Amino acid sequence: MTYFPEEVLEHVFDFLSSHRDRNAVSQVCKSWFRVERWSRHRVFIGNCYAISPERVIARFPRVRALTLKGKPHFADFSLVPHDWGGFVYPWIVAMAKSYPDLEELRLKRMVVSDESLELLSRSFPNFQSLVLVSCEGFSTDGLASIAANCRVLRELDLQENEVEDRRGHWLGCFPDSCTSLVSLNFACLKGEVNLGALERLVARCPNLRSLRLNRAVPLEALHKILTRAPQLVDIGIGSYVHESNSEAYVKLCNAVLNCKSVQSLSGFLEVAPCCLPAFYPICLNLTSLNLSYAPGIQGNELINLIRHCRKLQRLWILDYIGDKGLEVVASTCKELQELRVFPYDPYGGGNATVTEEGLVAISMGCPKLHSLLYFCRQMTNAALINVAKNCPNFTRFRLCILDPTKPDHVTLQPLDEGFGAIVQSCKGLRRLSLSGLLTDQVFLYIGMYAERLEMLSIAFAGESDKGMLYVLNGCKNLRKLEIRDSPFGDIALLTNVGKYETMRSLWMSSCDVTLGGCKALAKKMPRLNVEIINEKDQMMENSHDDGEKVEKMFVYRTLCGPRRDAPDFVWTL
Amino acid sequence: MSPETARNPPESEVTGLNFKETELTLGLPGESRTQAEIVSKNSKRGFSETVDLNLGSSSSSETRGRSQVEEQGESEAPCAGKPPASKAQVVGWPPVRSFRKNALKSCTYVKVAVDGAPYLRKVDLETYSSYQQLLSALENMFTCFTIRNVLNERKLMDPVNGTEYVPTYEDKDGDWMLVGDVPWKMFVASCKRIRLMKSSEAVGLAPGTPAQSASAS
Repeated sequence: MTYFPEEVLEHVFDFLSSHRDRNAVSQVCKSWFRVERWSRHRVFIGNCYAISPERVIARFPRVRALTLKGKPHFADFSLVPHDWGGFVYPWIVAMAKSYPDLEELRLKRMVVSDESLELLSRSFPNFQSLVLVSCEGFSTDGLASIAANCRVLRELDLQENEVEDRRGHWLGCFPDSCTSLVSLNFACLKGEVNLGALERLVARCPNLRSLRLNRAVPLEALHKILTRAPQLVDIGIGSYVHESNSEAYVKLCNAVLNCKSVQSLSGFLEVAPCCLPAFYPICLNLTSLNLSYAPGIQGNELINLIRHCRKLQRLWILDYIGDKGLEVVASTCKELQELRVFPYDPYGGGNATVTEEGLVAISMGCPKLHSLLYFCRQMTNAALINVAKNCPNFTRFRLCILDPTKPDHVTLQPLDEGFGAIVQSCKGLRRLSLSGLLTDQVFLYIGMYAERLEMLSIAFAGESDKGMLYVLNGCKNLRKLEIRDSPFGDIALLTNVGKYETMRSLWMSSCDVTLGGCKALAKKMPRLNVEIINEKDQMMENSHDDGEKVEKMFVYRTLCGPRRDAPDFVWTL
Repeated sequence: MSPETARNPPESEVTGLNFKETELTLGLPGESRTQAEIVSKNSKRGFSETVDLNLGSSSSSETRGRSQVEEQGESEAPCAGKPPASKAQVVGWPPVRSFRKNALKSCTYVKVAVDGAPYLRKVDLETYSSYQQLLSALENMFTCFTIRNVLNERKLMDPVNGTEYVPTYEDKDGDWMLVGDVPWKMFVASCKRIRLMKSSEAVGLAPGTPAQSASAS
């Protein structure tokens, strides 16, 4: 093999799209390492503090696409303080000097300043794609820089970011010469939009495939946009409020009829449900439907819409659908692969929620289902065992019972056997979130069966250190473990410390781990950053007793030592 | 006068009770964002419960239990019979993204009309936290206005022709009221649309007095 000329090797490596395969290839020999290093165009970094930008640049000098993640996953649920960190600016500064060919940047849970976006927009002449997911710290001014300066921009995808909105002028900053857009998603912006600029932009981008609008784009504008861009494949509707017999509505119906390529529909942030029949003609082509931000679509209107969507592969929906509605999904959507059911009122615990009945119906009707996020009011072991039998192909199984320690409501037993059935039956399971009343027994099952599990979320579960140890000693492929409000202490933390170097990160909050335990971990494992997040009091760490329980702990492997941008309430031990 | 006085007692009681809730909310500036959200959410729900309470319903203990739990930030059940109320206070549970919670919550867009102006505007009431902020926003939105005597009268004035405008709103029941007649949170929960009415036409409206005036439609 080593006799191949390097050009040939490089060509062969081009066919390896997975990062893991490329990582493996780079470890074969020095020559392969060198060839792989110069030919790696895409890099994924799951933790921006695991490595420095300089080191990435030294190792991979010709990167064109970078994916970078910042804050821990629990930041999504307000468990990580707002100003914890995760700044992208130093990365952009470093790349501006070394990666003139950068084309694509994907950021998740990072702090992105307007300054960063401005620098980004001016530093990379071939920049084409910016995807920001759950980021914060920037405003529409930063977006205006991207619009104005990235001449060949193809994709601007803003998903669930907290953006400060300084009115809709940024859309007007795309120059008239900008005709390259393929994907534009600004559904997360709250403020007004320059509708004229939007319509002109859509009209001059013939390759636009994906367009997701925000709440400020009304039905009249939607009609004009759809008329000008009938080629759209993915549409996010903004505001959809009108009388069903109005002239605007009739025009829209005609425009929708021409959009024969649409496969993905989302949005409807504000909606007059009586107008939904306008979309019935294109429903049969839909493979993806996201109504999880459309609380206005309920009851029969929701169910009638679903009945038209026979080819859905992905469905995101609010629990307004109810168990009866899920039965309709089960009998209609035979191709369904991914289902997410979100709670409309997470605190209500009221009437609108779904239960084990809906889930069992889905598992019987949708044999291709492999990814689930399900917020429900109650669950039983029998239902979970049934689901495990019907759908052995789950790769992601996230079940959230709204009442966090609720047992099987029929037998009043813990849900250990139910989740045990899931991990035993679903050999390919990579992501699992637990909820409900659980003892150490469930972790015994997980450690024993979940061989391919990569990410595990635990809340209000377990009885003793044994529970966590079952997981750490079992799950060979575990990358991320996040635990909250569970009785795991120093013994669990310190028994298998070598495991953490094989993982990306460990989060523990409101558990029984002590400051002394964390210090011991930090001492034993110098290549781990052990961060203590202590918002309550910010006294010097020396004044604390080692026996004190730690409020929040975040452990991750890193090549660059303690980070320098940590705020006062974060101590790296 | 007699029909108005007949209507007044429940109205003023509601106002009084909601002031109490407003005080509670204002008393929690140091709370984290999530807790503040929970408080605002519950205070809305709390309002309808308080009304029931006054009419002799049995939900009083729950409402009080919630408030106490909010103040302490604790997750213990206030009383054995009401576990759902306590669960609501666990930070980060259920694990729904904060962004999603906010997006579903802040659906309080209302239309703003100005007498004599040919166009409507929209405002998201959730983005303001007081009448002062709302009026400033309206002032910016319709640049011709200046606020006059905000604290006392809450009027907007067009300095060019001297016309005074009174901000009014249609509440949940379809009654037109003066902006400022109830605590802010209650206003946000009940406002359906806003109209800046020429003050010469707003004679029939007084704080706390629903006036189904003909000029409203």
